[in-house]
Amino acid sequence: MAKNEFPLIFERSKKERTSYSLPDLDVPDIDLDAEFETPYVRKTAPELPEVSELEIMRHYTGLSNRNYGVDSGFYPLGSCTMKYNPKINEDVARLPGFTHIHPYQDPKTVQGALEMMYDLQTSLKEITGMHEVSLQSAAGAQGEWAALMMIRAFHEANGEHHRTKVIVPDSAHGTNPASAAVAGFDAITVKSNEDGLVDIEDLKRVVDENTAALMLTNPNTLGLFEKEIMEMAEIVHGVGGKLYYDGANLNAIMGYTRPGDMGFDAVHLNLHKTFTGPHGGGGPGSGPIGVSEELAPFLPKPLIVKENDEYKLEHDRPQSIGRIKAYYGNFGINLRAYTYIRTMGAEGLKKVSEYAVLNANYMMRRLEQIYDLPYKQHCMHEFVLSGKKQKKLGVRTLDIAKRLLDFNYHPPTIYFPLIVEEGMMIEPTETESKETLDGFIDAMINIAKEAEEDPEIVQEAPHHTIVKRMDETTAARKPILRYTREDNS
Amino acid sequence: MNLPEDLRYTKEHEWIKKESDNKVRIGITDFAQDELGDIVFVELPEEGDTVEADDSFGSVESVKTVSELYAPVKGTIVEINEELEDSPELVNESPYEQAWMIVVELEDASEWDNLLTAEEYKAIIEED
Ligand SMILES: Cc1ncc(COP(=O)(O)O)c(C=O)c1O
Repeated sequence: MAKNEFPLIFERSKKERTSYSLPDLDVPDIDLDAEFETPYVRKTAPELPEVSELEIMRHYTGLSNRNYGVDSGFYPLGSCTMKYNPKINEDVARLPGFTHIHPYQDPKTVQGALEMMYDLQTSLKEITGMHEVSLQSAAGAQGEWAALMMIRAFHEANGEHHRTKVIVPDSAHGTNPASAAVAGFDAITVKSNEDGLVDIEDLKRVVDENTAALMLTNPNTLGLFEKEIMEMAEIVHGVGGKLYYDGANLNAIMGYTRPGDMGFDAVHLNLHKTFTGPHGGGGPGSGPIGVSEELAPFLPKPLIVKENDEYKLEHDRPQSIGRIKAYYGNFGINLRAYTYIRTMGAEGLKKVSEYAVLNANYMMRRLEQIYDLPYKQHCMHEFVLSGKKQKKLGVRTLDIAKRLLDFNYHPPTIYFPLIVEEGMMIEPTETESKETLDGFIDAMINIAKEAEEDPEIVQEAPHHTIVKRMDETTAARKPILRYTREDNS
Repeated sequence: MNLPEDLRYTKEHEWIKKESDNKVRIGITDFAQDELGDIVFVELPEEGDTVEADDSFGSVESVKTVSELYAPVKGTIVEINEELEDSPELVNESPYEQAWMIVVELEDASEWDNLLTAEEYKAIIEED
């Protein structure tokens, strides 16, 4: 087998090879066709891979060795906050008191689990400055959607059915306008100014009595703090609109400022980012929402409440937008976030933000000497470079990202936010050492030099990975979405 | 950069060609396709839809990003280029000919005069 070939588990399959031995059948065998009058009894066996236990182990161990995660190296994927996931979280998540319970159990018998969730709600209220929190939403995007549904229910309860507009900055994450559209609103763009912040004049132009809400990420996706937030709150509240805080970037401000204090009416947090839920594999996530007193009656139900020292799931919430997730959110991720908050404590979380901001500014100031930096002010927890200078040499940001793989780094987020030409969005997070940051900066300097002296080496990268440059265009134009099996018997 | 003299342009990187007094053909410029990179999907409106100037009438998706298409004029869409659905690569290969996107019947024929000339558009893209 060539080094870069790695068969699918289906391709390792050999007829009748197994990893188990079941005891003999000790109940009567029945004929399904005779027993059930239905055309749905299968006529052929399901095509499951037939492999030995050892082969399964080699297959998945081999695959995991090819993976790259924050435990293997630096992962400065902007907007995603790929911080280290402390292993104490895993210890706690495996405590039998948490693993051996079921959501259908009588709440009286799972008081500890409910207490954990109640305490997490309380901590998140404190951290965000919001009145009430629900842990149900399974990711940031679902939190956005749920909160917009609540804002919609609030306006409708007031008879204000005409509020159909949700305003979203042009630098926003794509989930913002998407959530607005799915919640039944029209997403209206507000422009950014030269400093990369919301253009207040343009905001005044687009806000009117039909505005349901403004969605804002602060710091925004350029890693810049929206300093005029109080004025923006006044403009939106002035016409009866609500202010929504996309908390994906909370890692920059914990303990320093709170969305509740900035005038926001609703927020979502990404526990899988800021609060160390592991999310390299795409989930599961957790995107709790926090709201003001006015919006609280509309929160998803059930809500965890405490009455006379007993924790309960409260279902009697007549104005609720309803249940949005089976059971009660992604319990395991919420538990990890709880563990993280308890491990760090209030002072610790403040330090997290301090170091996240310090690391980002250190990298930005060194890298701006080589790469174009479109917005020059101090950044928060992340910053966006432009590959404009290298593009003139025929080397695109995509090439730079691919070349970083050769240096064994995960590339930054590229071509986002959309308002930066050839953008590279770098978020180091607080847990990285100065040596690690310097190593990455050196690689970036090296690549810029190559772009000048030997552009081909960058344009054709990666050279040292198991799989070379992928044909992303054909994959997108003619995707093969279904695996078809060759007969392997 | 290829910028045909007989076309008009917008700062959102569309080109506009006069078909008759009140009909224009619209696509995206050579500069736009080069910036976007390999186009993998083009989303167009339906024939008979109406558009307002500056409103989005569809989008183009490339490997790296999705970009809105903005209507340069107000009017009714009388033709769309169905070929782009199966062959988005035409936008890269032939932005001004085979990859036209829509034909619009203008409500106000004088809107043509507000559009940018090749020279004015060139000045804008060179500024960046
Ligand atoms: C700024 C911002 N908002 C919202 C989201 C959506 O969060 P999720 O991926 O958990 O749905 C993200 C995720 O990348 C983000 O970076």
